[in-house]
Amino acid sequence: MGSIKIENLTKVFMNRRNKPRSISDPDEQSGDAVLVLKDINLEFEDGEMVCILGPSGCGKSTMLRIIAGFDEPTYGRVLHGQKPIKESSAESIFVFQHSGLFPWMTVAENVGLGLRHLKDATEKQARINEYVEMVELEGFETYYPHQLSGGMQRRAELARALAVNPEMLIMDEPFSGLDFMTHMKMREEVVNMHEFLKKTTLVVTHDIDDALIMGDRIVVMSGRPSTVKLMHQLDFPRPRDFERDPDLSHLRSEIFLMLGVPYAV
Amino acid sequence: MIVMAMDSANQLTNSDAYKRRYWIGSIAFLILLIAWEVFARYSGWSANIFPDPLTVVSSLHELFINGTLLRHTVASLFRVTAGFYLAILLGIPLGILLGRLQFARWLINPIIQFLRPISPLAWIPLAMLWFGIGDKPAIFLIFLASFFPLVVSTTIAVYNINPTFLQVAANFNFSRLETLTKVIFPAIMPEVITALRLTVTIAWLVVVAAEMIAVQSGLGYLILDARNALRMDYVMDSMIIIGIIGLFLDGLMRRLGKIESAQWGSAAR
Repeated sequence: MGSIKIENLTKVFMNRRNKPRSISDPDEQSGDAVLVLKDINLEFEDGEMVCILGPSGCGKSTMLRIIAGFDEPTYGRVLHGQKPIKESSAESIFVFQHSGLFPWMTVAENVGLGLRHLKDATEKQARINEYVEMVELEGFETYYPHQLSGGMQRRAELARALAVNPEMLIMDEPFSGLDFMTHMKMREEVVNMHEFLKKTTLVVTHDIDDALIMGDRIVVMSGRPSTVKLMHQLDFPRPRDFERDPDLSHLRSEIFLMLGVPYAV
Repeated sequence: MIVMAMDSANQLTNSDAYKRRYWIGSIAFLILLIAWEVFARYSGWSANIFPDPLTVVSSLHELFINGTLLRHTVASLFRVTAGFYLAILLGIPLGILLGRLQFARWLINPIIQFLRPISPLAWIPLAMLWFGIGDKPAIFLIFLASFFPLVVSTTIAVYNINPTFLQVAANFNFSRLETLTKVIFPAIMPEVITALRLTVTIAWLVVVAAEMIAVQSGLGYLILDARNALRMDYVMDSMIIIGIIGLFLDGLMRRLGKIESAQWGSAAR
């Protein structure tokens, strides 16, 4: 089960030492409490691709990290299936914004990370090959990450994530830093992958077009403290096209206005 | 195919550049040798005080033939190896512990920072008192000289591991042991090898000083003994051997840095 239920999620960060300590009372609390996420309630269904949009610094990544088990909620809880998420596990694999590949391992070794408990070496090799082929990295198995382009690194990381057969994929800005063509191609690949595998996929992005093209549902979050501003089911057929689908195009304008960039409309 | 062709092209230019660097370095040595010869001949100092290159080379040959040089070199190398390995064995695990545990860092780091600036040579009287005469005090001094820099470098390396890598480890259900062997070790490898390279030089510096006091063998002792006999050519022989071995040790450590798994550091940044 890859369903996620977020209940009253609130996150407060303590910014220590951003003010000089008071001389008269050194024990005075000198940090600022920053309310990042405020009372968020969301539900993601099994097999759904949800795109989370929001202005930069709004706490989308923080929410994602809490869902992944890297961070804890201050209040509220996140349920994965029936049980609360306590720590990070291979049930939900996180795809990092900047490469999370181990630079000291080859592509094949990285893809094999989640398969290391397989006793049968031939089966393990077959699984590695399968996922390397899925992301079209055949011939690069023995390359180290730094020998690959940015796009290839992302694909390798995707292969590593999928090879574990997780219940859920969590992607933090998966296309940031890629050139336009690579971005378009990667986006298509992620959509195809999702159509094919139907895994619960959470994608944080600041790119409205990405969210509208990819998502089964989009969630728009407000600036800090972050709350859910809009949740919208996207029932448009794929492949999606803004030109062909005036409703999609209209929704795009609305979201631009919502995020405070009317000039982009 | 193109990638492979470019790789071989790179290697070609690399080996060419390496050869050129080697020759330029040799020229500097040649100039030094000529300057030495000229100075020895025209300075007016006697050969007893400032021996010329030929005298030094022939006495080097003499020391080599009668086995003195080999015996003292082996003695010095043994002490450096023993002290250095001891420092690696204790220093790197302690560094990893300090890098990982904030409490241990707060507890132990002040002591290390207090002991670190004390020159190992200041420990000589205590080392002699505790370990007597022989290999032990020298090994102890080399250990001290290597231990602190290794602990500090390892601590910093572990502390600075990209947190993403540790999150990936947690995400893929790595056990503590797996995190240590598959993430922490390779992640700190480039920094640790740099530290080893710097530390072995310090250890080699210290062994010569230690051997001037506590023992009857080693290159340091040879220098002291030659001074007492007023044989400056033997003093220079020892210095030359010390320099050559220092060069060799550095080359050895540099080769360690070229191991593939340690290379990601220079390549990935």
